[in-house]
Amino acid sequence: MDIAGALSVDHLKFLAHGFMVTLYIAFISILLSFIIGTLLGTLRYAKIPVVSKIMAVIVETIRNMPLLLIIFFTFFALPEVGLKLSVTVAAISALTVFESAMLAEIVRGGLNSIDKGQIEAARSSGLTYTQTLRYIVMPQALRRMVPPIVSQFISLLKDTSLCVIIALPEFMHNAQIIYAQNVNYIFPIFIVVAFMYFIVNYGLSLVARRLENKQV
Amino acid sequence: MIDFSILIDNWDAYLEGFKNTVLASLIGLVGSFVIGVIVAVMRIAPIKPLNWIGTAYVEFIRNIPLLIIAFFFYVGLPAVGVTLPGFVAGTIALSIYTASFIAEAIRAGIQSVPKGQMEAARSSGLTYLQAMKTIILPQAIKIVIPPIGNQFINLVKNSSILGMIAGLDLMYFGDIVSSHTFITFDVYIFVGLFYLVLTIPLSLGVGYLEKRLARSH
Repeated sequence: MDIAGALSVDHLKFLAHGFMVTLYIAFISILLSFIIGTLLGTLRYAKIPVVSKIMAVIVETIRNMPLLLIIFFTFFALPEVGLKLSVTVAAISALTVFESAMLAEIVRGGLNSIDKGQIEAARSSGLTYTQTLRYIVMPQALRRMVPPIVSQFISLLKDTSLCVIIALPEFMHNAQIIYAQNVNYIFPIFIVVAFMYFIVNYGLSLVARRLENKQV
Repeated sequence: MIDFSILIDNWDAYLEGFKNTVLASLIGLVGSFVIGVIVAVMRIAPIKPLNWIGTAYVEFIRNIPLLIIAFFFYVGLPAVGVTLPGFVAGTIALSIYTASFIAEAIRAGIQSVPKGQMEAARSSGLTYLQAMKTIILPQAIKIVIPPIGNQFINLVKNSSILGMIAGLDLMYFGDIVSSHTFITFDVYIFVGLFYLVLTIPLSLGVGYLEKRLARSH
């Protein structure tokens, strides 16, 4: 083991840069997924004939695919049908597609958790269905969705590491470049990288747990 | 459109990959269940140091990427002279990773049984282990099965990382087929379909169990 060599200033800077890319990609993806996921989840919840069924098929198909396959496919297969994306765009697109399906389920679960009596009450006091969703169901459901969304963000931070398959210069990718230089670097780098992920994700999981306890 | 001759011409490769994905998932399920039960028992047992070890395992493992664990066994261990085939390294990593989620599911299930029941069982003369076996676990098992089913679905999907460490699974054989045929799009559409053949029935099954158990409460 060569701890001093593995964790030289240059290497640490390189790792830090990779970590920033991981955070950046994960953050943009979760934001986009939140918007798309809310739309998909609400459409599925609203039980609109045909549309809700189509949404269900799309969401279930994506959720049941390995994320690695989606990332690989977006970058390597889509160019064959004329859609060539840069590594960054491919990574964000693939993660957004997958996470949107995941968030759609969280949104639908949140909406379903609101007592049906409230919808009936709102409807009988003269609100339209859309108004009921907008002013009665959504505001309450959104608050219940926050903890699972934070948990989903933790998964996303971990899953961003799968983008090494398309050589996105994120945390795991940069770690690989460093430990590939020297066998003695492997363990120190592994330990640092694992702890870095652990600290950030554990911190986030504490936040999620706190939010959950507050609500009960 | 999609060229089905790719599927037919490379049927053996796809089937081999599919078999190994199923095998890795099944071994991973058994492995993660065994480790998960041990860790869950450590977390609940009335012995403080065991609680700490169990908690440390769960919190550490589930907050790091599966890929690091897989690379640790595939790239890290050879540095100290232990070389594992990709399939073995990947399956061990899958078991260790999934175990942390299964341990949590089991712990949550056991702790969802009201505390009074354990106290009542103990004060009527049962030992801790007897009370666990005859009172708590039979009730907990119902709550625990759906989340373990969900973890199994994740396990099947996560087994795709075997493709990154020469683990002979569907992703790996997808790579082989696409390097033979020089086609990526169609080849991986079929890889995706093979995954869906596994995961969709599992999802439907878990969904059905969840509904049935929710009704019985």
